[in-house]
Amino acid sequence: MKLSRRTGKVMPSLKDAIRSSCLKDGMTISFHHHLRAGDYVLNDVLHTCTELGFSNLTVNASSIMACHTPLVEAIRAGVVTGIECNFMHASVGHAISQGLLANDVLFRTHGGRPAALESGTAHIDVAFIAASASDPEGNCNGKEGPSAFGSIGYAMSDAVHADYVIVITDHLMPYPLTDVSIPENLVDAVVVCDSIGDPDRIMSGTTRITRDPIGLLIADYTARAIEACGLLEDDFSFQTGAGGTSLAAAAYIGERMRKLGVTGSFASGGITGLLVDLLNEGVFKSLADVQCFDREAAASIRKNPHHVEISASRYASPQAKSTIVDRLDAVILGATEIGTDFSVNVHTDSNGMIMGGSGGHSDTAAGASLAIIAAPLVRARLPLIVDRPQTVSTPGKTIDLLVTQYGMAYNPKRRDLHDCLTGAGLPVFSIEELKEKAERLTGKPRLLKNEGRIVARVIGRDGDELDVIRAVHK
Amino acid sequence: MKIQKKAHAGTLESGDVLVTVMPSDTLTIEIQSPVVRQFGDAIERSARDVLDAMNIRQGAIHLDDQGALDCTLRARLHTAISRALMEEDDTADPSGKDGNTVVMTE
Amino acid sequence: MRRSCLFLPGNQPNILQNGMVLPCDVLIFDLEDAVSEKEKDAARELISQALTTLDFGVREKVVRINDMETFHARLDIINVTKAGADALMVPKTVGSDTVQKAASILDEAEEKADLPLGSVGLILLIETAMGIEKAFEAASASSRVRALALGGEDLAADLGCSRTKASRELFYARTRLVMAGRACGLDVIDTPFTDARDAEGCYEDASYARSLGFSGKLAISPHHLEPIHRAFRPSESEVAYALDVVSAMRRAKEEGLGAVSLRGKMIDLPVLAQAERTLELATASGMLSTSRSTSTKGD
Repeated sequence: MKLSRRTGKVMPSLKDAIRSSCLKDGMTISFHHHLRAGDYVLNDVLHTCTELGFSNLTVNASSIMACHTPLVEAIRAGVVTGIECNFMHASVGHAISQGLLANDVLFRTHGGRPAALESGTAHIDVAFIAASASDPEGNCNGKEGPSAFGSIGYAMSDAVHADYVIVITDHLMPYPLTDVSIPENLVDAVVVCDSIGDPDRIMSGTTRITRDPIGLLIADYTARAIEACGLLEDDFSFQTGAGGTSLAAAAYIGERMRKLGVTGSFASGGITGLLVDLLNEGVFKSLADVQCFDREAAASIRKNPHHVEISASRYASPQAKSTIVDRLDAVILGATEIGTDFSVNVHTDSNGMIMGGSGGHSDTAAGASLAIIAAPLVRARLPLIVDRPQTVSTPGKTIDLLVTQYGMAYNPKRRDLHDCLTGAGLPVFSIEELKEKAERLTGKPRLLKNEGRIVARVIGRDGDELDVIRAVHK
Repeated sequence: MKIQKKAHAGTLESGDVLVTVMPSDTLTIEIQSPVVRQFGDAIERSARDVLDAMNIRQGAIHLDDQGALDCTLRARLHTAISRALMEEDDTADPSGKDGNTVVMTE
Repeated sequence: MRRSCLFLPGNQPNILQNGMVLPCDVLIFDLEDAVSEKEKDAARELISQALTTLDFGVREKVVRINDMETFHARLDIINVTKAGADALMVPKTVGSDTVQKAASILDEAEEKADLPLGSVGLILLIETAMGIEKAFEAASASSRVRALALGGEDLAADLGCSRTKASRELFYARTRLVMAGRACGLDVIDTPFTDARDAEGCYEDASYARSLGFSGKLAISPHHLEPIHRAFRPSESEVAYALDVVSAMRRAKEEGLGAVSLRGKMIDLPVLAQAERTLELATASGMLSTSRSTSTKGD
């Protein structure tokens, strides 16, 4: 270990690194979620903090994933008493919804989080950054090493704004690392561990287009709507999620662009192999990648200079001087519920239990010229459209179009879409008509109202409180 | 009429409902459903409708719902009862009047 | 219009619901092969409930009933007729025997359901060597018959040959069926393409069927609807010619002329009928607005 002797940054253990940070009870520690459902780092750090006897810590994580259930134990033990995040998987969300945490969870957006760090609204005392490769001075990335995960975009603001930055890696490389995503000048300490994550869960295999005919029908309508609105021209830019329907829509859009001979400018957001294929074919000129969803994306960002890693701040911060989301022509988003005013819930399920979060939902909806919600009108007897969603995650005024398998509805503020859509022979209804269609099928659901105490606050991307989430008692 | 033997209909797939009907001295309807808070009453009403239409006064009815639409619920319950009554038709209590108390549980 | 005729398994509620939105001309709710012997009663009840309560829009609602030789067939016919099926698909049809058996139960079913006699149609699925040889006899056995359909899988088994992608083994059956059906003024529907994942293969198969005179194709997967519609989409020049034919005939009628020529060719009634069929396909393919085609038809 010649290398480690030459630097003061490499710590013999996570415990030593935490001690070196002067972490104190009541402070805030931060994490990023690029290791997705395979992340070991958040759990390891909480375990070590428990051993070291810390209490009253606040966890500020870009997302809480399915593998983070040890967080529930840390809350029970009083080690963690606060959570700030942009997304929370049901595995932890349900515990929060039952009132486990003393303080309110603060939900932000992927853009709102770096903005809060920039403005000082949120503060990180110690940032823990999982890197798949690092040198002894903390020059690091997510692109190399056995646990490669691609873009490390969400952690970049943490590195800039945290008082103390600890890089945790399972792949120490000689100084200087050349492909640097987070540079040494921001890093205080480096810890080498056996493994930062379960490689099989960090990256799924190829993300797949749905074969479900209803998903494909929604995707087809979505692609045709985007074309009908005149957006499929040279320099078209768009974003879509990794869900099967979104992917199918992306595939259909790529197909139409090929037929029309159109070259897009960029696709952004979480990047999948499907978008990588479109880049390699020349359908898009570049990808702006804040997170890789699969192995193909992680491999591409490492070798293709047109596949660009971006920070969460450049991606979507409303405080930034300009952002990627503001250049988007179209975004395709999901919803668990949508109100008749087009406001969308992606935080809670039909019973009001926490099972998600905005992520980049509100950011892209606010930025894109055409923000589309693509979702099935009915799921297991539950209608998608409600008078008012259980939780407002994204304000209705930022959503332009709802696409379901039964047809589509534009936001009345976008009456200009009417002629384009009907002119293309697409089935257009008012959102009330679609709601009625669904209720004819399902019956009218009884309105639920949770009267429990507040367990979480949804902070809009501008920093204002958008809604609150209340406890659900079984 | 009363249910004379145990019978099933439906499945546990999404959008379906697994109906089990069993003999019982009273009439009970048990509903298990992910949408019980939104549609529990509606499910119970439809079940009673089908039971009334088929003149069923006694039996333990269990609905393990997976978000079935009303038409599916009615079809499955109808099938389960028909299956329970098959072969037993001639031995069934013809009076149909048994003054039972109706107990509903959710 | 019977371009795309989609089978939906009869005992899967989630998939039945899809029938309300999938873009097919005909929905065929299947009580036969897609339903196990033990679940025939459940599927029959489910489809009856679905037909009664769900809105399948303009799609023709067909139920494939069980083999007329089984005791299920009668229950199927009585129940789904009452529930509002537009037509029944009769499997393993062999000559007029099968048709008359189905038609007479249907007479009874319509009476029970208070429906006008003859309102429910029959689509004959022909899938045996004897069935093919007696196709014309079956097609002309009842005024209820609306269409003939080919079941290539069972037929190949009956012929003792293997079913191939090129489908050469079906050539005689296909042409024979088109001849028998068209001779009776019926639609003729081709056998399904069996690889759900091969959309292009389905397109080629459907294009070939169209070239033989079929009016549509059975589909075992929603993924085949788009290629089938593409195959039955007339070309721009076919549509232009059909519009010319129709307007030439209209002019001739206005001027009281009996015969009329267009582009140096005499136009007669079969040509007009063909043109009207082309315009119908064009409308269904979204090439003409609906108002235009109705105005054509109204003449």
